Amino acid sequence: MIRLRAVMVKELRQIRRDPFSLGMLIVLPAFMLVLYGFALNFDVRHVRLAVQDRDKSARSRELVAAFTNSTYFDQVATPPAGSDLAAITERRVARAVLVIPEGYARALAEGRGAPVQFLLDGADSTTASTVLGYARALAGEVNVALVSDALAASGDESVMPLRLEPRVLFNPELESTQFLVPGLIGFLLMVTAVLSTALSVVREKERGTMEQLRMAPLRTAELVVGKTLPYLGISLVATVMILVAARVLFGVEIRGSHLDLLVAVLLYLFGALGFGLFISTLADTQALAFQAGLITSMLPAILLSGFIFQIRIMPEPLQLITYLVPARYFLVILRGIILKGEGLVTYWPQVAALSIYGLVVVALSSARLARREH
Amino acid sequence: MRVLWRVIVKEFLQLKQDHKMIPVILVAPVVQVLVFGFAVNTDVTHVPTVLVDLDQSAASRDLVARFTRSSYFELVGSEARADDVDRWLVTGRAQMALVVPRGFGDALASGSVGRLQIVADGTDASSASVALGYAGSLVQGLGAEIQLRRLRESSGRALASGQVRLLPHVLYNPDLRSRWFYVPAVLAMILMIMTMLLSAMGVVREKEIGTLEQLIVTPIRPWQLLVGKLTPFAVIGLVQMCLAAAVTVFGFGVPIRGSFLLLVGLTMLFILNTLGMGLLVSTLVQNQQQAMMGAVFGAMVPMLYLSGLIFPIENMPPAIQAVTYAIPLRYYAEIIRGVFLRGSGISVLWPEAVTLLLMGVATLTLAALRFRKRLD
Repeated sequence: MIRLRAVMVKELRQIRRDPFSLGMLIVLPAFMLVLYGFALNFDVRHVRLAVQDRDKSARSRELVAAFTNSTYFDQVATPPAGSDLAAITERRVARAVLVIPEGYARALAEGRGAPVQFLLDGADSTTASTVLGYARALAGEVNVALVSDALAASGDESVMPLRLEPRVLFNPELESTQFLVPGLIGFLLMVTAVLSTALSVVREKERGTMEQLRMAPLRTAELVVGKTLPYLGISLVATVMILVAARVLFGVEIRGSHLDLLVAVLLYLFGALGFGLFISTLADTQALAFQAGLITSMLPAILLSGFIFQIRIMPEPLQLITYLVPARYFLVILRGIILKGEGLVTYWPQVAALSIYGLVVVALSSARLARREH
Repeated sequence: MRVLWRVIVKEFLQLKQDHKMIPVILVAPVVQVLVFGFAVNTDVTHVPTVLVDLDQSAASRDLVARFTRSSYFELVGSEARADDVDRWLVTGRAQMALVVPRGFGDALASGSVGRLQIVADGTDASSASVALGYAGSLVQGLGAEIQLRRLRESSGRALASGQVRLLPHVLYNPDLRSRWFYVPAVLAMILMIMTMLLSAMGVVREKEIGTLEQLIVTPIRPWQLLVGKLTPFAVIGLVQMCLAAAVTVFGFGVPIRGSFLLLVGLTMLFILNTLGMGLLVSTLVQNQQQAMMGAVFGAMVPMLYLSGLIFPIENMPPAIQAVTYAIPLRYYAEIIRGVFLRGSGISVLWPEAVTLLLMGVATLTLAALRFRKRLD
């Protein structure tokens, strides 16, 4: 116990001597959350729209008004007839062009279909598909209004025969930050925990002080625990800072039990620190440890965890790989506790997977460390 | 000139000595584009849906068939009571539930309003709102059909109202494949990460090992040292860009509609910026760990998110939008998209090119001045 404390005190002193890295570990996650929280946003509003109204009738102005009165579109240009419409999107003057051809009002009056062109810059496909959805919905609304007008004119009552009642659970305002914050916690914890432990061990190797530690009368377990516990503490402080920032800035409340959350975070950190240790047994230089850490922990935590990109639409082989990514399980638990107010019991398969992952990596890295002692 | 050449040769030799670096430099871009290219996909299709059909009528079956026929929704199960769907949503086995209440078919047949319920898991806000949009337009379309049918049946005449037919014409990416959007973005990301890390680490390592002192006492002028150190990194960056572009075009079928030569030229302007920033980071830090952390978290990650490469700039608050103008990757993102998808030439992309050139020269000059001061 005394020896364990000695290792921890040594590690803490070393951390304190490098305030730059300590600051990075504690302040950076909260800073990133602020940055991401504002930048990460898939909610599309105020799309720049160019309108070419060649019909210039009351009906065509109604259609244009339906587009521009919604908050979805802002009219930014009115290209005259005959101008190069594709150039408008290519030069990014507008994202979409609405073209109302001559004879639009007449076609409507005669009860025919009135074609309207909607040119859309598809280069940003995500935004483009949302914008296309808006345009279709607005056109649909205009059509409903046209039918109601016709019905009213012929003396019939106008009732929309179907009514859809959507009910959105857990995030009724559909804010993407609510979804992204748990993902960010998973990603930031993974990065800080893996990188800090991996680098702290490899640095000792590079400087040659690892040999001294090995010669000291320490057991492998004491060395491992003593070196990782301080980083566990730092990561916990970082977690609390992220949660406070998420609460204050983005109104993300923890609906489930705090104790369950703590257990989940500890379980995840256990695996992450173990993995950092494992990398440190493989790499000999800090540069290599850093690269390996980034590629094997940070990128999967962003790309293969369901943080932004849904796992179920990935190709099969890639889906299989995601089972090896601890963030995948952690995110399900975290979103459950924070957004859905559920407990750990609901997510027992994920909890079991995280525990197994943690045990395997810690066992592997301890075995590698122990073998090197002889 | 010969001195400069020597420094370049020395730098390449050093890279060759580090055996683990060569695979990282050549294999990493290919693997990364491949993995990311397959992973990044935000198309919302086959939303797992659970069904509660309390009506069991012809009308309700017709409605359900409309949902399942579209590739947007996929039935993963059904429940007999509406309250039971919550379990599906909580555990994430379904993202959406469609509830058809009792009396739906009768209501439609008798000419009153048929009500439908959709329960969505809103945690993944963006895909949930897209899926809700699909459901809304499906129901709207069906509603319009029923309305027209009723009108025809009740009055026996054709509808006296025309309908707007929206003809969407999507330019550059007609099927709206998200891969076409993301894979070129990954190319830009990898290029930035590799060139910036190489230049940040290259200088700091010599500082740490102590060989920078040796270089300073040789009769090499500071600018020769800098250009000599950075040129190999620029060459590596270009090679990586070509490799990644090959995977993008041949592996993922993303078209390259503009000129490849133009892409190479404009990439060089972008590399000026990343090398300059890497050098700047290396003058600000003490050791390799700080260089890596500073380069990745202080520069790259914020730049990645604020460049519009993945998240549209229009959606950001105005203050943050203003910040994005200072980020070189913003301009390179436009260039990448312009050359690959829009087939733009220099006549369209010149403002981006000029901005990148000016920013690159400014960053490099600033970094070089700081570098010199530390040498003296």
